[in-house]
Amino acid sequence: MTTLALHGLRKSYPGAGQAAVHGLDLTVASGSLTALLGPSGCGKTTTMKLIAGLLTPDTGEVTLDGSPITPLPPERRGVAMVFQNPLLFPHLTVAQNVGFGLRMRHLPPAEIAARAQDMLARVRLDGLGDRRPSALSGGQQQRAALARALVLQPRVLLLDEPLSSLDPGLRDEMRALIRTLQQETGITTVVVTHDQSEAVALADRIALMLDGRLAQHGPPQDFYRRPASQAVARFFGGTNFLPGRSESGQFHAALGALTLPPGAPEGAHVLTIRSEALRLRPGPNPVSARIDAVTFLGTQTRVTLTAQGVTLQALTTPDEATSLSVGAEVTVSLPPEALWLLPVA
Amino acid sequence: MSTSLRTLAALALMAFLILPLLPLAVWSLAQGWRFPDILPAELSTTAWAYALSPQSGVLESFGITTLIATATTLIAALVGLPAGRALGLYRFRGRGLVVLLLLAPAILPGIAVVFGLHGILLRAGLAGTVAGVILAHLVPVLPYMTLVLAAVFSRFDPTYEQQARTLGATPWQAFRTVTLPAILPGLLTAALFSFLVSWSQYLLTLAVGGGRVQTLPLLLYGFAAAGRNDLTAAIALLYILPGLLILALTARQITGRNTALVSGARP
Repeated sequence: MTTLALHGLRKSYPGAGQAAVHGLDLTVASGSLTALLGPSGCGKTTTMKLIAGLLTPDTGEVTLDGSPITPLPPERRGVAMVFQNPLLFPHLTVAQNVGFGLRMRHLPPAEIAARAQDMLARVRLDGLGDRRPSALSGGQQQRAALARALVLQPRVLLLDEPLSSLDPGLRDEMRALIRTLQQETGITTVVVTHDQSEAVALADRIALMLDGRLAQHGPPQDFYRRPASQAVARFFGGTNFLPGRSESGQFHAALGALTLPPGAPEGAHVLTIRSEALRLRPGPNPVSARIDAVTFLGTQTRVTLTAQGVTLQALTTPDEATSLSVGAEVTVSLPPEALWLLPVA
Repeated sequence: MSTSLRTLAALALMAFLILPLLPLAVWSLAQGWRFPDILPAELSTTAWAYALSPQSGVLESFGITTLIATATTLIAALVGLPAGRALGLYRFRGRGLVVLLLLAPAILPGIAVVFGLHGILLRAGLAGTVAGVILAHLVPVLPYMTLVLAAVFSRFDPTYEQQARTLGATPWQAFRTVTLPAILPGLLTAALFSFLVSWSQYLLTLAVGGGRVQTLPLLLYGFAAAGRNDLTAAIALLYILPGLLILALTARQITGRNTALVSGARP
């Protein structure tokens, strides 16, 4: 069990205008499965390589249980990394690939073979150990790559976009396998991903990186219910933003005065409500609106509305949407418990 | 191409390569072969006996030539591996200039280089020594080695090395267990050609060795100039031995489906 911490981690590349990682502070709890989430180019892969020791930070430190590992070379950090591509060594068999790290540690061949065998069984590749990597399917290769890292019992396991090279059908299987193995072994694990739904489905905690900085860190639900900024809310699919002023439990904005949940902060804010929480029927905080568009999305239907010049989006069931027609005037409601205030900037 | 056509082409190629060697074989066994006889009047093994005897110095020369070519190849590989890696994997300022400078010895005629080189080695006290000849041979050998390895490395994905490092391999372990197996076919091809380039050097050896380092090509020219056709033929046959051996060993690498320069570590 190891706590991984990043302190003021900063890395810029020569020639690039701005730093890839700006003073990142992050503590990954011991035994947790944390998703390092962000759009491409946000610095998450750079962060991963800084933890693995493949890059050296300009400033800042990486610690494991409080002791700095930044001066150590990759092979002495106890951090194993699985790359986006399986990168199985083509001249070795699958079992030899899985035993690779143990061989680097000069363990007896019999023990290496036994531990590789055992690990292959745990990723459901029993009997495929004698094959060449090229004889495995993409999903099998990814599982072999996972086995090759896990067999080392690393203090920290890093997975870089482990699902992105897989077909959608295989993703669920691989996601479940990662989750199971992580819980069985209790290895502190960081998964890099650009896909918020993947992060939500996989991780206990999410660290969202935007523009080289940590935007928010917490359990997945927080990113929907209590986003830290407009950027975070937008990254998680938020579309409804309403600037205004919070005063004694009321929010004064273009839509009039809305009742806020108890304990809402005072002052200038941007109000947000998730589109699935916006009700297309009268209720608390009623607002008259006109329907601009109804878009069928399969399991859900998106309804775009205008109220007092403010555009709002609501998600509803296709059944409920059948009664809605474009141009109709409706009364919608914004339940106070679904309202959340964001800082203006 | 159909199988029969392919066989025909192979036979034609073999005839093209081997037919010129037949007169050599006959010459090496001839005892007085005068125009317009189609075959020599008498056959004898005296030329071979002399060539293989210690007095002729042919075997000693064979040893020295092998030593020089082997040492040149090993040193070229040690220099060429990091240089080829840098050229193959990274785009950096001045890369074109480096390639041009590397190619220069291969473009320039040896005679243009040899006097300056001789002067330098003379001052270094290496003229007339085996070490000096090895240094001189590196001039034409290094470009081949480096440029072939650059081509090999340009098809190598260095992420494999990073993967090895994060699995606990030291830089040397990563090179030995991951990089080396991936580039080995290309490295072997480069080494074999480097060996042959050194093996066939005449001018550089003559100038730098000053006649004191007698490699096979020098010996061969000596006997040819003396008009000893039977001995020249016997030495020539010994001389082409490594070339034929290497051709046989690398034929699959150069023409086969697993051509060294094309097959890399990529899955």
